[in-house]
Amino acid sequence: MDQFTLNLLVVGASFALYIGIAIWARAGSTAEFYAASQGVHPVTNGMATAADWMSAASFISMAGLIAFVGYNNSSFLMGWTGGYVLMAMLLAPYLRKFGKFTVPEFVGDRFYSTTARMVAVICLLVISITYVIGQMTGAGVAFSRFLEVDATTGLFIASTVVFCYAVLGGMKGITYTQVAQYCVLIVAYTIPAVFISFQLTGNPIPPLGLFSTHLESGQPLLTTLNEVLDDLGFNAYTAGTSPWLMALFTLSLMIGTAGLPHVIIRFFTVPKVADARWSAGWALVFIALLYLTAPAVGAMARLNIATQFWPEGAEGEAVSLETIQTDPAYNWMLTWQQTGLLGWEDKNNDGRIQFYNAANPRMQAIAEERGWEGNELVTFNQDILVLANPEIANLPGWVIALIAAGGLAAALSTAAGLLLAISSAISHDLIKSVLKPDITEQGELLWARISMAGAIVLATWLGLNPPGFAAQVVALAFGLAAATLFPTLMMGIFSKRVNSVGAIAGMLVGLIVTCLYLFTYLGWFFIPGTNMLAPSPENYLFGIPPSHFGPVGALLNFLVAYLVSLATEEPPQEVQDLVESVRIPRGASAAVDH
Amino acid sequence: MEDDKSGAAYWKANVRLIYISLAIWALASFGFGILLRPLVAGIPIGGTDLGFWFAQQGSILVFLALIFFYAWRMNQLDREFGVDEE
Repeated sequence: MDQFTLNLLVVGASFALYIGIAIWARAGSTAEFYAASQGVHPVTNGMATAADWMSAASFISMAGLIAFVGYNNSSFLMGWTGGYVLMAMLLAPYLRKFGKFTVPEFVGDRFYSTTARMVAVICLLVISITYVIGQMTGAGVAFSRFLEVDATTGLFIASTVVFCYAVLGGMKGITYTQVAQYCVLIVAYTIPAVFISFQLTGNPIPPLGLFSTHLESGQPLLTTLNEVLDDLGFNAYTAGTSPWLMALFTLSLMIGTAGLPHVIIRFFTVPKVADARWSAGWALVFIALLYLTAPAVGAMARLNIATQFWPEGAEGEAVSLETIQTDPAYNWMLTWQQTGLLGWEDKNNDGRIQFYNAANPRMQAIAEERGWEGNELVTFNQDILVLANPEIANLPGWVIALIAAGGLAAALSTAAGLLLAISSAISHDLIKSVLKPDITEQGELLWARISMAGAIVLATWLGLNPPGFAAQVVALAFGLAAATLFPTLMMGIFSKRVNSVGAIAGMLVGLIVTCLYLFTYLGWFFIPGTNMLAPSPENYLFGIPPSHFGPVGALLNFLVAYLVSLATEEPPQEVQDLVESVRIPRGASAAVDH
Repeated sequence: MEDDKSGAAYWKANVRLIYISLAIWALASFGFGILLRPLVAGIPIGGTDLGFWFAQQGSILVFLALIFFYAWRMNQLDREFGVDEE
């Protein structure tokens, strides 16, 4: 059976499974559609949360981000997991006790103001819509690579599948498909990692393999990697630079993670407050399975790639063009060359491909001596690392097919969670609470489905015409989640003094200052060329890059909200009682529609 | 709420537990993983130092332990102060 048929079979089977689950778990009421009737077991919810959270970025990009930078990018590992500690202790149990369906609903009730609720809706929509673009384009790319359709067709297939199970099943359908998607993605991620770890270190457990002895050189894997990279003029893998910036970026990702609405609403689906606490732990268990494997995948892939280009070491000759064309071990390079994500060019016409860091002065001297004319591996898109990994390690065809299904599962599960957050904000917070308060339950359910369908159409359109700034908008999503929703929710629980004026002022300051800071360096609405200052360290305020701005926005939100509240009157007694009641687990019941 | 006093004491115990947990959270990640890495640089592990291990694995394991400890301890406090569900 050829690779294409195998990919088609595995991906097709996984899609049939998702749609089957959706038909079995279709939602009949708004409680089912928004919160799966609060009947989800904490472990099940943990697994669904893990799939909800781990997007195309975690599955496809993260190992590559770590592989090509090394220690400094540990920020992604700590930031994207550390946020769950904040969520488990500062938000999830209390919001579950509150027992309603959406994040803006809590903001509106706690700060007794429809304006506050609408500001929260705006923040939620900006965060979730920017986030969903990446998922749709990720799914499109995975389709086009593995199923040999063009990216547009791939995107339409992805949208249709999401449409089937998200619109039909709502939160209930999404929860159980996410569980299936988690299983697919974790198996797909782990199997190649186990093989590669075993090949390189003899230890089949990747996180242990990372700190084990490299079989070929007889010394620790990381020592070998550092030496190999140093020979090619790259920075040592384990070396760090600017620890304060790294700490700030880590904090930014942590607070941003804790403030992401599509993850927070997952904790509304468990039966009890105690379950919300356990569930956050289970979510992190399932996330950690991938996040502990990712750095091993990154380091091992980096070593494998370096040795493929320098089979005799940096002192010997580089790999020849003829070997690349004929040796089956280099087949992956030919496959990925066709996608344009990998490219090489024999600049000095010696029939070999020299891959090294041409920016390093020491390497420039060596290059002169040996007749090299620059780095000849001209394109290496970091995102192909995980997808090409099984091919680089020469694993069987079914593993490659599994990676395809896993990448799609990661993108689709996150897209579905985001679409639910978007549609519930529109149907529940906008239509039901403001535009048509007398709407019936069946009417609201219909609107929830219509807005879900609308969100899918919008996401597909944005996926087809991706604004050229897909990478920057992720920074915007995290920055805004950190600067708006996280501080406001936290103050709503931990302070009885913060009132509606304070909360609205805080959110607006967080929203506006964060947007302005990003737009100043990255262009107005990210349109290239409209930035007022060049995005370089000497222009940054206190040297803070735009992607690290989240904690500053959060701090401003806290300060403004608190000071404005002190200058204005206390919240009314019934709101203070509400705060008292969310702090105490007793009395948590099924969510009530008001 | 029927008993304001026990409610206030319960909340105080919760906040105290959060302070302790977040201190450990920060020590493992921002501390040993990043800013205090030079302090633990002398401890070798698999070809690198303990700080690298904390940044890539240790902090995640500490986060896991913290969340489960917090859940277990809070469920205990819920019963002690009589504010548990049921």
